[in-house]
Order: sequence, then structure tokens, then C-alpha cells
Amino acid sequence: MNGLEKPGAAAVKERGWISAHKWLLARRLVQAGVLGLFLLGPLAGVWIVKGNLAASLTLDVLPLTDPYVFLQTLLAGQAVKTTALLGAVIVLAFYVLVGGRTYCSWVCPINPVTDLAHWLRARLGLKGGVQFTRRARYWLLAMTLAVAWITGSVAWELVNPVSMVFRGLVFGLGFAWTVILAVFLFDLFVSNRGWCGHLCPVGAFYGLLGTASLVRISAKRRSACDDCMDCFAVCPEPQVINPALKGADKGVSPVIRFSACTNCGRCIDVCAKDVFGFTTRFNSKEIDSDTPGEAPALRDAA
Amino acid sequence: MTTQKPKRAAKSRRQFLADTARTACGVGVAGLVLGLMAKQARSLPPTALRPPGAGTEDSFLGACIRCGLCVRDCPYPTLSLAELGDPVPVGTPYFVARKAPCEMCDDIPCVAACPTGALDPALTDIDKSRMGLAVLIDEETCLNFLGLRCDVCYRVCPVIDKAITLERSHNVRTGHHAVFIPTVHSEHCTGCGKCERSCVLEEAAIKVMPLALAKGQIGGHYRLGWKEKEKAGHELVPGLFDMPDRLPGGQP
Repeated sequence: MNGLEKPGAAAVKERGWISAHKWLLARRLVQAGVLGLFLLGPLAGVWIVKGNLAASLTLDVLPLTDPYVFLQTLLAGQAVKTTALLGAVIVLAFYVLVGGRTYCSWVCPINPVTDLAHWLRARLGLKGGVQFTRRARYWLLAMTLAVAWITGSVAWELVNPVSMVFRGLVFGLGFAWTVILAVFLFDLFVSNRGWCGHLCPVGAFYGLLGTASLVRISAKRRSACDDCMDCFAVCPEPQVINPALKGADKGVSPVIRFSACTNCGRCIDVCAKDVFGFTTRFNSKEIDSDTPGEAPALRDAA
Repeated sequence: MTTQKPKRAAKSRRQFLADTARTACGVGVAGLVLGLMAKQARSLPPTALRPPGAGTEDSFLGACIRCGLCVRDCPYPTLSLAELGDPVPVGTPYFVARKAPCEMCDDIPCVAACPTGALDPALTDIDKSRMGLAVLIDEETCLNFLGLRCDVCYRVCPVIDKAITLERSHNVRTGHHAVFIPTVHSEHCTGCGKCERSCVLEEAAIKVMPLALAKGQIGGHYRLGWKEKEKAGHELVPGLFDMPDRLPGGQP
């Protein structure tokens, strides 16, 4: 970032707007698509998927269960039918493979809300606010599980903005719009990336699922990095970038292996040097910056 | 330099402890609030009834994951998911008998749809469900009590002549008519709410209440003399003699 330019401006100049937003567009498409699938039933009478993110039934055969809510019912001391167990195992296996927090950036209905807050925060030049430790979410996760165990009820679901908003959109919002607004205003004025990046126990849970996930982002062309800082500016969890991007001298793999990485792909989008890309966690291969096919840096000329 | 290092370590340790304490206390307070909310969330309003097979409110709130699949598979506009702001814990299924009662489907699709078993899959006979208990709560306005033959609650009852019967007695007001009192029998009432739904009054005189609210319980140590006598087959205390009853007005 040259201080004045928006992060990603260089990438837009280099590759065009669409290409410099392709992962963002893909994510928005998937988020809308997931919601759309659930809405197709109540709005158009086409019942491909029934239920909501807590549990659903696809084409009357495939059960899916949110493993986090499922765990809470187990802790609440309730014997659970195999349908829910099977659904939880399927979802669990999926996110263990593709990265737990992929849920956060590709599925969760709160993500567009907090992304918008972050965007507006940058646009309005709002600085400061309350900073929580990023570990707070793990504490909150432990707390929600403890409360489920102590009270014998799925207590977190009384306030969980993630499930409340999605369920609200599919079944009727009630006053759940106030929760959307609260999260938005919280992220905008109170705490930068406060909810998704620091507090949300759902994200913490899915993050833990993805500790050993296969799909990862790699700074595979890190030698081409020109320190423009655009990736840090757009990344919802910027602390995960540095070791992979700048660790060449220390022999650190270019693969971002932190479970906090949400696989959102924004770093891929905004990098004019094409440093980042999706790969597997085992692919530590680096691509030399002189590799033919790489576009010449046009940003200095521009 | 040699003294500086331990000092710094001590400072960062102190910092670490302070940070940890702050987070732990903050999260602890949040947990306390959440726990208290969970306790309060158990006070379901008496007009809100749970779907068949829901069991006690405590166990239901531990097992229901708020997915709404029961609502989707309910073929009638009976079940709905509580929205934020409703007096029912958000995301849980319920129905209000006066608005739309349970139609008591034979295949109980809501129970079949429940992925967690919060709606007990062991419930296969809808007549055995206990969603609540009908109570003829206002004898002052019930038309049958007033001596009319409304009978609507009795007629619509899916378990007619078992869950609700009409008990004939003397009409004291007119002196020479009968009244037919709708009488609910808890061993057969499913709590479906059809009686409350169809009560012709502005405000229903018969209402379905949560079981815990509607049902009395006799003390475990109580013995009903006449039943004990029947069980034993003879007088429990032999040799008792019956005193003559004193009737009003010196009648013989």
C-alpha cells in the first residue's frame, strides 16, 4: 500500500478488477449460494435443503449437523440419535480436510457483515478502539462448552449470532436484525475485526478443527514480495502471514499452517506480485520469482 | 545486563498473569450471564406447547439444536420456530393451541424429522403423546356449565369419550334440567389443543396447559381406603362398626 492507494489497487492495475477480486467474488457467491439453497424451499417450494446450519437434510438423504452445536448437546447430557451424529461426522471430516475456518469465510452469514464493517472502518479512517487478545475466542469457546455442561442446556444458542442470523434469514428474522446490527457496529466502532477475529467461539471451534487441514494458502512466490503490505491490510488474521511470507531465511515453509487462517483468499487477490496461492499443507515448494509467465511489475510505471 | 534479564522475565510474567486474569474474568462474567439466561430460558410461557415427544422442558433445551426440521416437516401451520424477541427460547419449535393445534398425524413427521432425538423417536403412537393437558379452566363462562349443549370441545377431541367425556348432573339453576360437564381425563389427553382451538368463546374456557402446571400429584404416602380394601379383598381393620349418618333436618 502506498499510503494513499487502497489495498489491492496495484493488483487491479496489473490484472484487472475481476481477477483481483476473484476469490472475494467466489466467496460471496458461495455464501449467497448456501443461503439460497436453504431459501429455495421456503420461497420457491423447491426442497433441496431443509433446516439450517445447525442441522439440515439435503435431498432427503444427506444429514448435516454443526459439530459445535452437536458437542454442546452431548455436554448437556442428552443422548443423541445417530442421524445427528452421522451429520456431525460428515461436516467434521469436511472441515478437517478443507480447513476449519473455511466455514468462517465461505459459509458464515456474519462474515459479509464484519467484512463490510472492516471495509467501512478503513474507508472512514476509523482508528483505535478496544483490542481483545485473539486468544479470547478460545476462552469463550471453553466457556460456552462449560455452560452447556453445567446448565444442561444448549445455552450458547440463545445468543449465538451466527446461527441466529442464518436461522432468522431462513425461518423468520424476528429481532435478529438487531444482532446483525450490533455485530456490525461493534466491529465498526468498538473493535477492529473484533467479532470474527477475536471473540467468536464458533470460529474458534472451527479453527481447532482445521489445525491439520489439507487445503492451505502458500506464499509460494515469496521471493517476489515487494513489501507493499496489501496482504496484511486485507487479511482478517494478519498475524498468520508473516512467518510464511518472511520466513525464507529461517527456513520456514511458505505454507500458512496457522489454523486461524480462514482460507478466504484475499491475499491472493490483492497481491500484484502473485505471491500467494491455494495448495496443500504438504506442498512447501517455492516458485522462483523469475519464472517465466510472471507479469512484470507495472505499478511503478503507473 | 545480568540482572536485567530476570527483571524483564518477571515483568512479562506479571504481564502474562494480568492479561490472563483479565481475559478469564471477562469471559467468566460472560459465562455467568449466559448461564443465568439459560436458567431463565426454561420458563416457557404456558401458552407455548412443545411438539409431540419433547419430554420435559429441561431435557428438551439440552437436546434441541434449533434446526427447524420438525417445523419443515409439519404438514400444518402448527409448528413454528421461535424468533428473537418471542417469549420462547430463540430457535426452538413450539405451537400455540388457540392459533393452530397439533393435528396428530399418524406418522408423526415432526418426530421422524428430528435429527437429535430431542423429539423422542420412541413415540410411535400419537395418542400416547403428552404435549400438555387440557383444563376446563373457567366454569363461569363455559356454555355447558351454563346449561347449554355447546359440546364443541368434546366433539372435536381426537380421543373423544376418553380424553373428554360429558358428565351429566343436575341443573341447580333451573331445578329441572341437566348440565353436561366436559370432563378431561389426563390418562388419555394428548394436549393437542383442538379443544382450546375450537372453544366458541371469545377467550377459550378450556385451555391446554403444560403438564407440570396442569397436573396435581397425590402424596406418595397417601392410601385410598376403598382401593386398599379392594386390593386386600376384605376390611383392612376388621370389627369396625358403622355409626349412623346424621342427615340434615333430622331426616331418618
